[in-house]
Amino acid sequence: MTAPAESGVVELTYREAIREAMREAMQRDPRVFLMGEDVGRYGGCFAVSLGLLEEFGPERIRDTPLSELGFTGAGIGAAMGGMRPIVEIMTVNFSLLAADQIVNNAATLPHMSGGQFNVPLVIRMTTGGGRQLAAQHSHSLEGWYAHVPGLRVLTPATIADARGMLAPALEDPNPVLIFEHALLYNVSGELRPEELPVDISSAAIRRPGSDVSLIAYGGMLRHALTAAEQLAAEGIDAEVVDLRVLRPLDEPRILESVTRTHRAVLIDEGWRSGGIAAEVSARIMEGAFYELDAPVARVASAEVPIPYAAHLEQAALPQVEEIVTTARALVRGDAAGSGAATDG
Amino acid sequence: MTVESAAVERGHGLALLREMLRVRRFEEKCAELYSAQQIRGFLHLYVGEEAVAVGVMQALRPDDAIVATYREHGHALVRGIPMTAVMAEMFGKVSGTSRGRGGSMHIFDAATRFYGGNAIVGGGLPLAVGLALADKMQGIERVTACFFGEGAVAEGAFHESMNLAALWDLPVLFCCENNGYAMGTALDRSESETDISLKAAAYELPAWPVDGMDVLAVERAARHASEMVRGGAGPGFLELRTYRFRAHSMYDPELYRERAEVDEWRERDPITLFSEQLRAADALGDATLATMEGEVASEIEEAIAFADAAELEPLEDLTRFVTMTPDEVKEAAS
Ligand SMILES: Cc1ncc(C[n+]2csc(CCOP(=O)(O)OP(=O)(O)O)c2C)c(N)n1
Repeated sequence: MTAPAESGVVELTYREAIREAMREAMQRDPRVFLMGEDVGRYGGCFAVSLGLLEEFGPERIRDTPLSELGFTGAGIGAAMGGMRPIVEIMTVNFSLLAADQIVNNAATLPHMSGGQFNVPLVIRMTTGGGRQLAAQHSHSLEGWYAHVPGLRVLTPATIADARGMLAPALEDPNPVLIFEHALLYNVSGELRPEELPVDISSAAIRRPGSDVSLIAYGGMLRHALTAAEQLAAEGIDAEVVDLRVLRPLDEPRILESVTRTHRAVLIDEGWRSGGIAAEVSARIMEGAFYELDAPVARVASAEVPIPYAAHLEQAALPQVEEIVTTARALVRGDAAGSGAATDG
Repeated sequence: MTVESAAVERGHGLALLREMLRVRRFEEKCAELYSAQQIRGFLHLYVGEEAVAVGVMQALRPDDAIVATYREHGHALVRGIPMTAVMAEMFGKVSGTSRGRGGSMHIFDAATRFYGGNAIVGGGLPLAVGLALADKMQGIERVTACFFGEGAVAEGAFHESMNLAALWDLPVLFCCENNGYAMGTALDRSESETDISLKAAAYELPAWPVDGMDVLAVERAARHASEMVRGGAGPGFLELRTYRFRAHSMYDPELYRERAEVDEWRERDPITLFSEQLRAADALGDATLATMEGEVASEIEEAIAFADAAELEPLEDLTRFVTMTPDEVKEAAS
């Protein structure tokens, strides 16, 4: 991280942005603490919390045993008991061990208790593939959590969102899940002071365009932006929409974009069947069907457990090339069958 | 000849040493290949812990089952899965144990009833319980050996599995590889009760703590425990006290332990210790060791050459086996 220049612009990585956000939250509010596996002594399995133990001590940078269900549930209890926990789960794959607490407790308690109890908890975890870690470490299950009423689901894709989303998430009286794509941690970029604060409710237009909306989130945003550049070279002006929040979806912004471009390609690292892209597609059908010049198309992961071998993994994950081809087909009008796919 | 207190026939002693060396040298090579980016993903080395897999495997029969973790190269090799196929798996090739789909953490081999490297901590335990349940229900006298790290004992899956196995008297041999650390977390920073065998005892499992750096002690304990389990006495539990000499995976700044502690354990290197015992008993000399090292080295060279030359799985097969057809199931069973 570079020291702020006079303009206040700093250069930092996505990882540093999240670390800074946590540091600031802990300095500001004594109720905030971080707990998770190897967040302290080890420095965080992705080195996100590196150095925080030294600064805040083991009470607030709390290493946990390998007990995802236990410490996530404890985070829910601590939140109800007056603290503001940030629970870190190493990856979304392991969050399945804690899914019971997230779905059956965190998400239900406010409503089920008739509004007597709320759960001001933030759960951070990594997601995504692309590192040859095979099926038990590579999945993108954020769409599952976006299915659940009572949760807010965030997918920071930019440095500003990595830096800015935590503060409003901690202010939210309800459970907020933050999904950090593991391939983004080393990405570095400039953060301008005017980019903060950020909200945790809206989608963002990352690149305006008029011919087709490429709608992505998280790790796929970069792919969408690259695809847009390639499309521009062939005279296709693509708009790139970053969902930012998978639940609740910013439907007005999505519909507004599609209403302008009349075409939509949804890009999702999750599997196609029953994924978040299916939900966005349905919202477009419901809210902007008559604005469409072509069927909504999806570029999603192949319906396989993500494999280890590089060529298989790359074939399973959405690629820029496929986004370009799909968008081109929509714009050039030869989109017939673009929505068809097998479920494997 | 006699090695320490246990009577060990020279040939068997040399075989144990050789297996430990195979695993050690194989993994040292893997570390190099990882730096050369021929092996990718995560790579969890077993260096320092070889006596555990080698000792326990001696007690298992060919039709017993094994469930392992992501740190399973050693178990796979000692179980008899060809090194060529293991290496090809790490190279992501179709002739690998799992067609290149699993890599280092997911070695599978039906022929030796090796039910996988599992990369979810604690994920293999319930599976082992189920394999043993199937044996029991079908009246087949076999043991399922389940390896897991001491970090797994904090997971609910551990406790649920202990209870099920004990409650139903299932033939599972639980093998807890206590290497002191779960990634960066030392046992006493993660457990209120650090005596792991007491946890098993709480579920009424007979449990034995064993010096996991002493291959003969491990073998002896595993033979004793597996005989009981095989005889229908219900599950057994070995706590194998060992140490991981290297990083957790390939990336690990090792901020959580002192260099001196690692050095102290290295003094108890299971391969050095056992070589010395064999030498002291006049069962091993320089020439024998050199021959053994030479044979191991050429096996590794062959494995690399095989893996290098092996084919990648064709992309058309990407979705093959997501679900299996009855014909594929039949073919796999034959
Ligand atoms: C459910 C789950 N949580 C976290 C992880 C990440 N992780 C992989 S290995 C490991 C440490 C496990 O330690 P231990 O069980 O002692 O085995 P060792 O690695 O020492 O052999 C952790 C935390 C995981 N793979 N699965």
